[in-house]
Amino acid sequence: MRNIKQFVTDFGWPRIIIFLFLFFLFLAAPFVGVKIDASLSDVLNRFGQNALFVLAMVPMIQSGCGLNFGLSLGIIAGLLGSTLSIQFGLTGFLGFFGAVALAIPFAVVIGWFYGLLLNKVKGEEMTIAMYVGFAGVMFMCIMWLVLPYDSPNMVWGYAGKGLRTTITVEGYYRQVLNDFLAVRIGKDFVFPTGMILFVAFCAFLMWLFMRTKTGTAMTAVGSNPDYARASGISVDKMRTISVILSTVLGAVGIVVFQQSYGFIQLYVSPLQMPFAAVAAILIGGASVNKASMVNVLVGAFLFQGLLTMTPSVINSALKTDISEVIRIIVSNGIIIYALTRKTKVAK
Amino acid sequence: MSGKKSLGRFFTENAVVIIFLAVTVAAIPPSGLSIQYIVQEMITRLGRNTFLVLALLLPIYAGMGLNFGMTLGAMSGQIGLILAINFNIGGVPGLVFAALVGTPISVLMGYVCGSVLNKAKGREMVTGYILAFFINGVYQFVVLYMMGSVFPIRNPAIVLSRGYGIRNTLNLENVRQSLDNLLMLRVGGFSVPVATALVIAALCVFVIWFKKTKLGQDMRAVGHDMAVAEAAGVPVDRTRIIAIIISTVLASFGQIIFLQNMGNMATYNAHDQTSFFAVAAILVGGASVKKANIPNVIIGVILLHVLYVVTPRAGQNLFGDAMIGEYFRQFIGYGVIALTLVLYAWKARASAARAREGLRGGATGNGNGAGNGALAGEGGSK
Repeated sequence: MRNIKQFVTDFGWPRIIIFLFLFFLFLAAPFVGVKIDASLSDVLNRFGQNALFVLAMVPMIQSGCGLNFGLSLGIIAGLLGSTLSIQFGLTGFLGFFGAVALAIPFAVVIGWFYGLLLNKVKGEEMTIAMYVGFAGVMFMCIMWLVLPYDSPNMVWGYAGKGLRTTITVEGYYRQVLNDFLAVRIGKDFVFPTGMILFVAFCAFLMWLFMRTKTGTAMTAVGSNPDYARASGISVDKMRTISVILSTVLGAVGIVVFQQSYGFIQLYVSPLQMPFAAVAAILIGGASVNKASMVNVLVGAFLFQGLLTMTPSVINSALKTDISEVIRIIVSNGIIIYALTRKTKVAK
Repeated sequence: MSGKKSLGRFFTENAVVIIFLAVTVAAIPPSGLSIQYIVQEMITRLGRNTFLVLALLLPIYAGMGLNFGMTLGAMSGQIGLILAINFNIGGVPGLVFAALVGTPISVLMGYVCGSVLNKAKGREMVTGYILAFFINGVYQFVVLYMMGSVFPIRNPAIVLSRGYGIRNTLNLENVRQSLDNLLMLRVGGFSVPVATALVIAALCVFVIWFKKTKLGQDMRAVGHDMAVAEAAGVPVDRTRIIAIIISTVLASFGQIIFLQNMGNMATYNAHDQTSFFAVAAILVGGASVKKANIPNVIIGVILLHVLYVVTPRAGQNLFGDAMIGEYFRQFIGYGVIALTLVLYAWKARASAARAREGLRGGATGNGNGAGNGALAGEGGSK
């Protein structure tokens, strides 16, 4: 009995409610005419699309920089990589990995500056990260209009310049990961093997990294900066590395997202993306200063499950479009829950 | 040397205002707008926005930073307006009715917000920001699903065709500019909404008076140092909640004033940008997370809105694309907020390091603190 109580306090009521809610949704699905296999396929797809964003939260949480509300900076780097890849006309796997390879240098540079900035504002990282992210997105909005892209697949037809708001990656690298070794079971269920493998590979790399000397040092910086410094670890350097890592993952994440989703979304679309990733890792059981691979995978799956299942089940059951409201309340509720837990604030 | 230093100090302390002023002034000529037009726009926008921005002052005094949770107040005010239209109460009585409905809701919202922020000391701003998103979900649930189904709505014109939920856009015909037109003076070709100005002036007087009361003094004590205030017998948590409640109530009045001037209301989006505009304005006016006053508000509203008026036209004329100006002004808005927060955090760390340095007498200090201090000091001397 005490064990259960302990478990409930550790895990937190909001998460248990979300678990039960999702469980209930899956149970209810067949009764309202929602196909379980199609839904599962959707959930897996969206899990793969978003898992890397959630993974990107881990290094910064571990190094004590808090939740990365400025993930949009990484996404911007990824968008630069993917638009350049299309501009150069790379297709197939070459297109995908070309986009990733082109994005990473941008992500490293942006992440490095972003990390330096966050080192100067310890204790206020989250609010500042959010606004730096917003400002970055708006700055890039101008850049998308004026940068000299001229691939006819990307620019506005009548003006001949300025990138479109959505660009299809059809014919470039659409679904290259999804279709790689994809397993089709029945009519509606497709297992996107390639994408899941890629995500698993990245998560494995992150897991390995967290166990290297640098990774351990990073965790030490997050859990006790004074102790870390006393043992000769450079706090600022570790934090910067964690921010760069997070930014790079954000960049790779958006390319993975695009290949599965089929479109590159520019302009203001990155504005809200960090919030979903933050909500997901928190639902997975992470706190503001501690996160693990399990949190990432469970969180991404639960959150995307919720996003997929609420519209289909609730809307067919109640004949209303209330799911959007549920999404807003759940995802922001969980962030508030995590922010109001008693944790040590790094000052 | 000292003269140069104080000039440098003036520039660093007012960096945001100066940069912003320069950008704004530079954008005026290419916009091709007449000074006459810009001045009239400013008078209108001062009346429209100042009240909302003033609502930010008290939480800053109480050391809670910029109250992004003011959006909760804005939503309360909107519920008041919806009901005023529902009961078909027009003119100034309609506005008063909306304010009366908005007050209890915003007191409740302020209490909720204050309690949540008390649990998130040290990260009030980001928590307030997310809380606004969260309550936005609740607001949508109430207005889009409960109104007309659970709460009866008498006026069928504002209900969606499906039978419940409020329409996406509400026409505020009945109350449109009723406060502004109550006493409209024409001075040298400009129309000045005197009644609105008087309401704003009354709020300024209230703020000045409030700072001198016992509660106001407590608030400043809490803002200065929570531990010291607690030791001196000030009920810290309660004082912080009161600051947020007052701010939320003021924000609800402010939103009503804002919307009566606009004349129509996007039921589900009108509050989205409220805190962004208010926060950007007060920061552009030279306020920081810890320090703000009424002149900051007035200067900020004028500067921010001149920029907002001129940039789309300037973008159109300079680059042949109005969207560039549109994005540019949002970039500047977000950038100013980020820059001010960075400068503040930076300065706070530098002064904390200086204070430590003084205590320590230059000896090597304890771990992290010394390293950070050195880093911040280096930043400050650049």
